[in-house]
Amino acid sequence: MHADPKGVLTGDHFIDGDHAACEGALAAGCRFVAGYPITPSTEVVERFASRIPLVGGLFIQMEDEIASSIAILGAAWAGKKVMTVTSGPGLSLMMEHIGLAAITETPCVFVDVQRGGPSTGLPTLPAQADMMQIKWGSHGDYEIIALSPNSPQECFDLMITAFNLAETYRVPVFFMMDEVVGHMTERVVIPAASEIDVIDRKWTRKQPGEYKAYQTDDSLVPEMIKAGDGYHVHITGLTHDERGYPAMNPVAQEKMMKRLLNKIRLNKDKLVDVREDGVDGADIVVISFGITSRVAGAAIEVARQKGVKVGHLRMVITWPFPADRIRQLASRVKAFIVPEINMGQMVLEVERAVLGHASVISIPHAGGTVHEPEVILEKIMEAAR
Amino acid sequence: MSDDLALDIQNPVMQLLRQDRIPHIWCPGCGIGTTVNCFVRAMLESGLNLDNVAVVSGIGCTGRVAGYINLDSFHTTHGRAIPFATGMKLANPNLKVIVYSGDGDLSAIGGNHFIHAARRNMDLMVVCVTNFTYGMTGGQVAPTTPLGPTQTTMPYGNFENPFNLPFLADACGAVYVARWTVFHVRQLAKAMKEGLSKRGFVFIEAISPCPTLYSRRNRLGDGADQLKYYKERSIVKNGADTKDVGLTFQGDITVGKFVDRERPTWLDSMNGHFSTHFKEKYKIYGGSHGED
Repeated sequence: MHADPKGVLTGDHFIDGDHAACEGALAAGCRFVAGYPITPSTEVVERFASRIPLVGGLFIQMEDEIASSIAILGAAWAGKKVMTVTSGPGLSLMMEHIGLAAITETPCVFVDVQRGGPSTGLPTLPAQADMMQIKWGSHGDYEIIALSPNSPQECFDLMITAFNLAETYRVPVFFMMDEVVGHMTERVVIPAASEIDVIDRKWTRKQPGEYKAYQTDDSLVPEMIKAGDGYHVHITGLTHDERGYPAMNPVAQEKMMKRLLNKIRLNKDKLVDVREDGVDGADIVVISFGITSRVAGAAIEVARQKGVKVGHLRMVITWPFPADRIRQLASRVKAFIVPEINMGQMVLEVERAVLGHASVISIPHAGGTVHEPEVILEKIMEAAR
Repeated sequence: MSDDLALDIQNPVMQLLRQDRIPHIWCPGCGIGTTVNCFVRAMLESGLNLDNVAVVSGIGCTGRVAGYINLDSFHTTHGRAIPFATGMKLANPNLKVIVYSGDGDLSAIGGNHFIHAARRNMDLMVVCVTNFTYGMTGGQVAPTTPLGPTQTTMPYGNFENPFNLPFLADACGAVYVARWTVFHVRQLAKAMKEGLSKRGFVFIEAISPCPTLYSRRNRLGDGADQLKYYKERSIVKNGADTKDVGLTFQGDITVGKFVDRERPTWLDSMNGHFSTHFKEKYKIYGGSHGED
């Protein structure tokens, strides 16, 4: 279906990534945001608070990020498309509700405008160091989806994808911005509502009595209801059976866990989104995501002028990780180069995919700014030798 | 027809309980089940469309209440029932949302959410079953534990000053504050019924025994002995100043309706403010099924 025109600010804009992300959420149909101020993400909720009264929806500034991250889950079960927005320290506080969202299969979007850490770290400066936290930070096993935009335009475009994926798979979806993408101002084109595809929640057509909250078909994604529809569901963060009732035994746990993981793992080919440039025939492939992809692009251009066959594989979706594609390339590529604004996180996934079939060169960065293109260029030239 | 003669008499509360989940987990002599009985009766008498009622619990013995109520019910994380309920209520203002949880859940780990929901006058009814201990984890000290009694993490007796929860709720702006014990089943059910008809932050504290842990460890006898204590030492004082209703170990228990007032809810305030600010451009939020 098409986007609701009430939320779509069609036209050409000159705005930063935080503002564009907010417009993306509104266009995607997000009508409930609970948040707590934190640099460098605050502009997203500021814009939402200013826009939502006349769009029709609601913003509430909660008492902390713990409250924000569960208020959105309550709102989702009342039928709204929901989002919360934060940065590292707030994300740390939200961990328990990433787990609750995963086990209760509540569609929701978490925006993380990454800054340097750990702890208070670098509030106003960029990092890409929360990539493993979103994947592993809440206790237990679970699967999530993460997107890494590299421009204000993508903050708009990919936010719609983020909401569509949250509704399709009923998992928490992470929108992994960083301080630079959040605060850089560029041209953002917002199309007409009729040109924006929006996926609605998979509502059940079953009658109360025949509906079971966690019964599924081959898609492994159960149909949803909302509170007030008369279904009298029970939803719990305990391990539960198809009815949603607590079932605390190893058999129920295995059945539930397998489905929660497989609904993402078995769909990873559909989910993976890599943008490749000159990868076929390349000796060296730079793997990047988010803002670092733009710096890497500059280095790759110079390396090519120097005659090096270097390709660029940019992960737009960072989780699930494109392991199959990288493994495929590993059989013929000499080296992978992985620049990221952390001390080496996604490079571990690359190494796992490559399995020693090619060399993997990490270009870590402690955070606070982006890489110098020269640093990436130097590694490309070294690998080419 | 002979079928007409078949005994079809059911306890009226059963329709609102998930009978396929009985037996429940609560110990003999525990008062939580008694509060649920009062709650279900209050709901049946409230005249509410029960399809529009959602019950939200946190974690702990009382946190299991949501799981036994045959309505839309949500068992959330420890201490976070109030913000979950806040999101649910604001997303669909036509819902009547009730938070049902224990004293540790609501006033320790959830204390921050409690005071802010009361401050905002969020339209929620909060039922707090106060048994002065952490039952589910084996009897640790709670923010409500009076000075004196032994708990596993206060093995030599509690030396920490407790909360007076009605005072806290009152000070933060709750529009309705009442306290009863599980001896006072009629009064408790009546308070719940009254609470369900209020708009705004309603706080009802139900004092309840924990025979397995709190009573046993402090040689207070069984559930019935605590009911006798509640009967003998409760003093009904409607309209009492909440600062005077703090509890001491096995001392007098002031019960009654302490606060009943009107204040605009968070949503009333938002809608009123935006209507003034945006004038006719603003469409009142939450009109039909919360969709607007």
